Amino acid sequence: MKVLVPVKRVVDYNVRVRPRPDGTGVDTAHAKMSMNPFDEIAMEEAMRLKEGGVVDEVVAVSIGSGDCQDTLRSALAFGADRALLLESDTTDFEPVVISRILAAVVAEEAPDLVIMGKQAIDDDCNQTAQMLAGRLGWGQGTFACRLEVQDGEARVTREVDGGTRTVALSLPAVVSTDLRLNEPRYLKLPNIMKAKKKPLDRRAVAELGVDLTARTRVVAVTAPPERGPGVRVASVEELLDRLKNEAQVI
Amino acid sequence: MTVLVIAEHDHHTLAEVTRRAVTAATALDGDVHVLVLGQDCAPAAQQAAALSGVAKVLVCDAPLYAHPLAESMARAVLARAGEYTALVAAASSQGKDLMPRVAAGLDVSQVSDITAIEAPDTFQRPIYAGNVLARVVCEEAIKVLTVRPTAFAPAADGGQAEVVAIPAGEDPGLSRHVDATMTRSERPDLGSARVVVSGGRGVGDEGGFALLAEVADALHAALGASRAAVDAGYMPNDCQVGQTGKVVAPELYIAAGISGAIQHWAGMKDSRVIVAINRDEEAPLMQVADYALVADLNQALPALRDGLKALAEKGA
Repeated sequence: MKVLVPVKRVVDYNVRVRPRPDGTGVDTAHAKMSMNPFDEIAMEEAMRLKEGGVVDEVVAVSIGSGDCQDTLRSALAFGADRALLLESDTTDFEPVVISRILAAVVAEEAPDLVIMGKQAIDDDCNQTAQMLAGRLGWGQGTFACRLEVQDGEARVTREVDGGTRTVALSLPAVVSTDLRLNEPRYLKLPNIMKAKKKPLDRRAVAELGVDLTARTRVVAVTAPPERGPGVRVASVEELLDRLKNEAQVI
Repeated sequence: MTVLVIAEHDHHTLAEVTRRAVTAATALDGDVHVLVLGQDCAPAAQQAAALSGVAKVLVCDAPLYAHPLAESMARAVLARAGEYTALVAAASSQGKDLMPRVAAGLDVSQVSDITAIEAPDTFQRPIYAGNVLARVVCEEAIKVLTVRPTAFAPAADGGQAEVVAIPAGEDPGLSRHVDATMTRSERPDLGSARVVVSGGRGVGDEGGFALLAEVADALHAALGASRAAVDAGYMPNDCQVGQTGKVVAPELYIAAGISGAIQHWAGMKDSRVIVAINRDEEAPLMQVADYALVADLNQALPALRDGLKALAEKGA
């Protein structure tokens, strides 16, 4: 069985980004970049399936500038067998465009399962996995906190409002990962060194012949309104008094 | 223009988040229809029809929709999509699961988790864990939108829409419901509670959370949690407040033993009054809370519970 894992290069989750003063975008020029945390969970899950003997090949794919090579090298250090970089000057394609590109990759690679993060922590869209599944006409197991693959089925326990739901999907299928699916492994130096020798193919996105246009665009970004400074209270009594008489919320 | 809202319900009761999605839909300037997919879901359809601003309710009552499976639901929505200029659902776990699949079926972009409607084609949405607000212009012929429930008030009753039954679609045969485990609680729903009491790693253990629950009960509040508390197993997953969990905006948010990582802040920063109680006065949340109390939770939580009870007795 073959698994495809799409990974995204994003501003590291610990970095607090700010809009540029002219509102044209977010200043990421010098920010630390990392693999999207949900994609790390997807990589980890793919590796566990491989180590469990269910999967024999894991292919990582990323779409964007040449810098995405770093992200793919991390995926290879996780244990992916090979990686594919679809290069483009545009680094912020809409999810609908990403889903078109990934559908073209799926057509070529013919994986049995696509495992990917439920959302990227930069655009916070939470769309791409669902769009890919819809486009391919495959079943989808979104927000997975547990995944079992057996007898040609993926059994996915999903985190939903109010609890969890388990679905059985016929393969091929798309699964998107939630935080509690697993704890991604720490990448060890020997694996990072080994990853440098693994195959990483680079191709131009344009070669796929996919429509790269989207009719939705971000026209301005702003900082959210700041909250005024708060006060320190000395005791529970003072807190209750202020909540009752000043803020009038109790 | 006509807007279709895809309803969320448990067949008997229309979800609060759908009432909020209807409010957003009416702001899009057009007729609002509601699609109810379910099994024995007439009560939910009637509640949708009674919402102010709803012109028509389409009901598809079939065993195929006994469980909210995106594969079947998306097909049903796509069958009607051509009649509408916008398709709207709450940015709940169901809406997030369903709507991008619908958008892909139409090959259009989706605008996720909108917090404001500036014009029928211009929306505001938070990105980067709420640290940045983006103004998004969507020129798709059919707009596919999910709506952040806390940003819109629930639609009031007072409508009298016609209810029209529509035939079920075919089963795409891609997925099958196995089981569901729902957390039962007598407390108010986290997403719409007026007061939320949340605990983090600093609350300590299950005993600490039992104490926190007593504080929540004294306030008729919902219980929330940070990721650390959920990961430690003190609270169920669906209590997590944050970028990847629930987004809440209550009148009062009390954070006990929560340091306040960016990801947690994203889920509660629009609360009207924020209280942080923490032993660590350097914790990020202590710097931005409206009221910050440096205290040991083992002492502060019982005192808070007793104080609230005393206040309630005095008021009664």
